[in-house]
Amino acid sequence: MIKRIGLLFIVRRSLRQHALSTLITTLSIALGTGLVMAVIGIKAQSVAAFTGGQIGFDAVLGARGSQLQLVLNTVFHLETSPGNIPWAMYQTMKNDPRVELAVPYALGDNYHGFRIVGTTTALFTKFEYRDGVRFQTRRNGRFFDPTRQEAVLGSYAAQRLGLRVGDNFTPYHGLVFDESMRHDEQYTVVGVLAPTNSPSDRVIWIPIEGIYRMEGHVLRGDGEDYVPQPGQEIPDEHKEVSAVMLKFRNPQIGFIMDATINKQGKAATLSWPIGAVMARLFDKIGWMNQILALVSYLVIVVAGGSILASVYNSINERRREFAILRALGARRKTVFAVIVLEAVSIAALGVIIGFIVYGAIFTGASAIVRAQTGIVLDLLKLHPVFVIAPVCVILLGAVAGVVPAVKAYRTDVATNLTPIS
Amino acid sequence: MPLLTITDLQKAYISPEGSQTRIIDIPHFEMEEGAQIALRGGSGVGKTTFLNLIAGILGADSGRIVVSGEEMTALSESGRDRLRASHIGYIFQTFNLLPGYTALENVMLGMMFGKGIDAGFAQHLLERVGLGDRMGYRPSQLSVGQQQRVAVARAVANRPRLVLADEPTGNLDYHHANAAIALVREICGENNAALLTVSHDAEVLGQFEEATDFAQVNRA
Repeated sequence: MIKRIGLLFIVRRSLRQHALSTLITTLSIALGTGLVMAVIGIKAQSVAAFTGGQIGFDAVLGARGSQLQLVLNTVFHLETSPGNIPWAMYQTMKNDPRVELAVPYALGDNYHGFRIVGTTTALFTKFEYRDGVRFQTRRNGRFFDPTRQEAVLGSYAAQRLGLRVGDNFTPYHGLVFDESMRHDEQYTVVGVLAPTNSPSDRVIWIPIEGIYRMEGHVLRGDGEDYVPQPGQEIPDEHKEVSAVMLKFRNPQIGFIMDATINKQGKAATLSWPIGAVMARLFDKIGWMNQILALVSYLVIVVAGGSILASVYNSINERRREFAILRALGARRKTVFAVIVLEAVSIAALGVIIGFIVYGAIFTGASAIVRAQTGIVLDLLKLHPVFVIAPVCVILLGAVAGVVPAVKAYRTDVATNLTPIS
Repeated sequence: MPLLTITDLQKAYISPEGSQTRIIDIPHFEMEEGAQIALRGGSGVGKTTFLNLIAGILGADSGRIVVSGEEMTALSESGRDRLRASHIGYIFQTFNLLPGYTALENVMLGMMFGKGIDAGFAQHLLERVGLGDRMGYRPSQLSVGQQQRVAVARAVANRPRLVLADEPTGNLDYHHANAAIALVREICGENNAALLTVSHDAEVLGQFEEATDFAQVNRA
C-alpha cells in the first residue's frame, strides 16, 4: 500500500511539474469525452422523446399526404399542416366504439410564434399525456369555456410570452409570426398548464370554435366556402379540422384502421403508430448522427495521441530522474508503471472534466431542443455511454502511455546518473 | 562473515571502435560490518564502475559480489534492484537529488523502494544533518553543502548495511568537504552502516584510519 501511494505521489508531482502540457492534454481529453457523451446522450434522449415519449395518443388522422408531416404538425407542433379534413371524420372517429378518445385539432394561428391550437375540452378532461396523468392548470387557473374567447397556455409558452392568468392577447394569422397578420379578436388567459416536459408546453390552446370564428377564416368542410357569422351556429357540414388525435381501445385497431384508411381509402391519412413514423425519420437522418459520433471519436483519438506526445516528449528531460529512482532501488517495471499511471491520470482527469464539458454542451443543446420542440432533455438521465466512454478513454490513456513507458523502461541507469550539461 | 566479499570481479567496456577495454579486475576485496574504508584513485580508473557493480546498477562480466550473504552477481536485474533498495545506500558526487521534490520528500523517496516509508525517521535524519528548518525546501533553494547533507540523509534513510560514497565531497569547498565527510562517517556509524568511499581528494582520505590505493585493489 505504501508503495502504491508512493507511485501516485511521484505521478502527481510529475504532472504538476509539467502542469501546462498536462492541462492542455487534459482539456483535449475532456473535450473529446464530453463531446462523445453529449452527442450520444442527447441523441438517445431525443430519439426516445420523439419516438416513444410522452405522446399519449396512438395515431393521428389528417389530410391525405405525408404521415410524418402530420405527426410533426400535430404531436410536435412543428412543420406546416398538410391540409384539413371534414368535421364528419372527427365525428365518425368519436362515435367509433373501438376508439377510446378522439380529440380534434384546428391550427392556423399563432401568437408571437407560439402556435394556437383549437380543440375541445376533452383534451383536458379525458386525455392522459402520460399514463394516468392529465393536464393540470397551475394555481388560480382553469380550463377554457368552449363558448368564450379564452385560452389555456402551455407552461413554456406562458413563460416566454410573459402571459399570466387574466392577461389578454390577440392572435396572429398563420403558423409563423407576421406582425401585419394580426386578428382583431381578443383572448383572455384563464389558465397556465403545469409543465409536462412535452411539446404541449409550447402551445396556446383555445376552443376550436374560436379558430372557426377568427376573422378572415373560411371553412370548407363541404367543399364550399363558408364564413361563420357572429351569433349564428356553424352547421357541422361546414366545419373542418386539421387533425384528429386518436387513442385506441387496443393496439389491433391500429392495424385495421391503417388498412382501411391508408391502404384502401383515399380521403385521409392515418399516422400510426406515431413512434414508428418518427423512428423512420430518425432512420433517414441516422447518417448525420453517425458523422457526429465519428467526429467525436476522432477528437478522442487525437486527444489520446496528445497524451502519447506530451508524455513521450517529457521522457528525454526526465532520463536522469528515472536513473536516480532506479539507483534508489526502483525496478524497471516501477518506472514503466509510473509513466503508464501518468497517462492514465491525465485521461482520468480529462474524463472528470469531460463530465463538466458534457454538462455544458447538454445544457446548451437542451435549451435549443426545448425552445424548438418543447421537449425537455434530462441532464442526469443515465446512459451506458457515461460508463463506456470514460472506461474507453482511460484504457486509451493507458495504451497511449505504453510507448513512452517503454522508452522510460529502457533508460540506462549508470549513463544517466550524471547531470546533462 | 564479512558484509561485502568480492571475488574475481571483472568488467569491461566496449569502446566506440568496438574494442574491449577492461576497467575492473579485482581478485579479492572484502569489508566487515560497520567498517569505514576509503579507496584512493584518480579519475578514469574505474572507481564509479566499481561502486555501481557493488550496488548492482551494473552487471558484472564475471566474478562474485556478495552483500550481506546475498550474491549480487547471481541475481537478475530486478533482484539486484531489490537488494540495493534494502541493503545499500548511495551518495553520489553530484548528489542526484530530484529537483521537483522537497528535502524531506527526497529522503522519503530513498525509503520508498526498500523497507517502506517512515516519515518520522526521515524528519529525524534531516534534523540530524542540521536541516530541520529546511525540510520543505527544494534542492534549488538549498546551498551545495545543504544538498550534500540531504543526499547523506537519503543514503541512510532505508537503514542500509552498506553506504557507498562516490566522491561525496567532490562539489564542496575545502572547509565544507571536511565537515561533510565527518558527518557522513558519523551518520553511518550511528546507523550501523559500513561506509565505502572512493575519492581522489587527499583531505577526504586523510580523515579515514585506512585509505587504500584503488590501484592495489583493481589490477585493470
